[in-house]
Amino acid sequence: MQRAMANRLTPYMFMAPAVVIMVIALLYPLGYMVWGSFRDWDPSQTIGEAEFVGLKNYITLWHDPNFRESLGVTLSFAFFVVTFEMIIGVGLALLLDRNIRGMSVLRTLFILPMMIAPVVVGLMWRYMYHPTVGTFNRFFESIGLPSVDWLGANALMSVIIADIWQWTPFIFILSLAALQSLPRSALEAARIDGATGWQQIIHIKLPLMMPVLIVTGLLRLIDAFKVLEVILVMTEGGPGLSTEILALRISRTATEFRELGVAAAMSNYLLILLLFITLMMFAFTRWQEMRTNRLRAAAEEDE
Amino acid sequence: MPNIHLENLIKRYGNVEVLHGIDLEMADNEFTVLVGPSGCGKSTTLRMIAGLEDVSEGEIYIGGKPVSRLEPKDRDLAMVFQDYALYPHMNVARNMSFALRLQKRPQAEIDKKVRDVAATLGLTDYLARKPGELSGGQRQRVAMGRALTRDAATFLFDEPLSNLDAKLRGQMRAELALMSQRVQKNMIYVTHDQIEAMTLADRIVVMHGGYIQQQGTPEELFKRPVNKFVAGFLGMPPMNFLEGEIEERSEAIYVKGDGFDLRLQGEKTQSIRQHKNKEVILGVRPSDLNYDQNASAENTLTLDVMVSEYVGAQSVLLCKCGPAKVMVEVNSETPVALGQKLTFAVNPNGVHLFDRKSEVAI
Repeated sequence: MQRAMANRLTPYMFMAPAVVIMVIALLYPLGYMVWGSFRDWDPSQTIGEAEFVGLKNYITLWHDPNFRESLGVTLSFAFFVVTFEMIIGVGLALLLDRNIRGMSVLRTLFILPMMIAPVVVGLMWRYMYHPTVGTFNRFFESIGLPSVDWLGANALMSVIIADIWQWTPFIFILSLAALQSLPRSALEAARIDGATGWQQIIHIKLPLMMPVLIVTGLLRLIDAFKVLEVILVMTEGGPGLSTEILALRISRTATEFRELGVAAAMSNYLLILLLFITLMMFAFTRWQEMRTNRLRAAAEEDE
Repeated sequence: MPNIHLENLIKRYGNVEVLHGIDLEMADNEFTVLVGPSGCGKSTTLRMIAGLEDVSEGEIYIGGKPVSRLEPKDRDLAMVFQDYALYPHMNVARNMSFALRLQKRPQAEIDKKVRDVAATLGLTDYLARKPGELSGGQRQRVAMGRALTRDAATFLFDEPLSNLDAKLRGQMRAELALMSQRVQKNMIYVTHDQIEAMTLADRIVVMHGGYIQQQGTPEELFKRPVNKFVAGFLGMPPMNFLEGEIEERSEAIYVKGDGFDLRLQGEKTQSIRQHKNKEVILGVRPSDLNYDQNASAENTLTLDVMVSEYVGAQSVLLCKCGPAKVMVEVNSETPVALGQKLTFAVNPNGVHLFDRKSEVAI
């Protein structure tokens, strides 16, 4: 009896260290943040001294035009980077899914940007975007085009371009992997059925890659909502609020405005948004699993 | 239907030549089976005809027109793959109609065609299902259906039955034979299974090591194999091979080896006389060995029974003749004890002789 009990407890014992770490490093700060978000809390106070204000921070934020602007910037940043990264990444994968000499070198080169530390990426692009000595404007000048006010009037576009440069490879390698694991014979069957290259892509390759593409897109979306370093280094959110994404606003609210409660509430808004996307992703994979299981069961019944 | 002609077809992967000049002429509406062990080049040949592999040298003619530079879709052929190669995201109807939809045929025509083909293959109830919801046999039918809807001039089959279990395979083989009689088309069929080859083919092409070993009707190949490879490849249980030497004694021709001394009496005896004293391999099919305890010693093989495999009406006995192993078939009712010596009369016209070095038939 005792032995059976011990056997049943064994798996939990093995899980215990991970659970302890999760609680200390994840659940505790998370709970702390949620609790803090209901308080009017200055960094000079301990959380116990701070006044409890209920949902005031959330309501203030909801009506705060600056927060809304920041949310808008974040949403449009995420939308544009993910859209362009998906299009370019999948396009490149479709283009480079072939055996040409030197292709492996080319592929390695393509994924290099992803390996560079974000701060370095930010510095690099800030230099390239520099109004007078930057690479782009010097190039435009040399071919007689007017220079562009990269990090000024077009700041949001510029940070979007930098993010696309850095993260397209992520989508590229995942789509390439998906592409290369497609059933080869189905593609051959399509060729014999008379599909041209484009028709193969539209009717066979893209539909078959879709599960991977959806998960990849959602992963990028989650990441895009949390982007901070590159923009911090390039624009510090400026000019004005034009590139002040949520993560940046949170950090400024906490450090410059010294409003920990508001910052916590803002983090919670972001968390809710991300949770929603994550749940969507879970639901999608779950739905897929259920579907394959159902299909398999149906097929086995027929045997 | 246009006839297909392969002329000195060569395939190289880098420096490795895997097909060494294949010449083959297929008549109209002929069911041609390419058969051979894995790695013999049969699938490569088929894929080159399909246009899925480049031709390194030589030419493929379909209806007199060289096609080796054409895309698969311009060769007017349909193909059934070993793993069915269905489009997993399309239902059965859409799988079958894919080619027609690409050709932008009118919807009414497509629907009719799919319905007709589905009816002949017994797929009518499954048209809305995805391939994942079908059993192996049904998927196989869909793959055939997809080829049939196309109305292509030539059908290619790449080991279409090898993913099915034995019972289903037999069933589908019969259906294929029926189908090939009904649809008068060129059919080229690749398999490693000699039973499929023998039962389906108008013409069998036996391949080995990137060469065509022999081609002809199943009967020709079974009765007059040109070399030891073809002789051993076709027929089940396979032909027995015994090493020996041709001898002439008092006007009669014998093949003598370790454990046997057989007098030749068949039609070919006179032509064999000129190969006197040659080292040969004697080939006898199990079906040409008849259990007969009273046959005269010169016409028989005496075998030590090692293993008896009961397979129903027949038993297959694995025996020893000198150092060689010999398989024979006997009626299951025959009383056989392991270790017993049994005498088998040899059908005089069932004796095949091969040169021991070149393995070519004498």
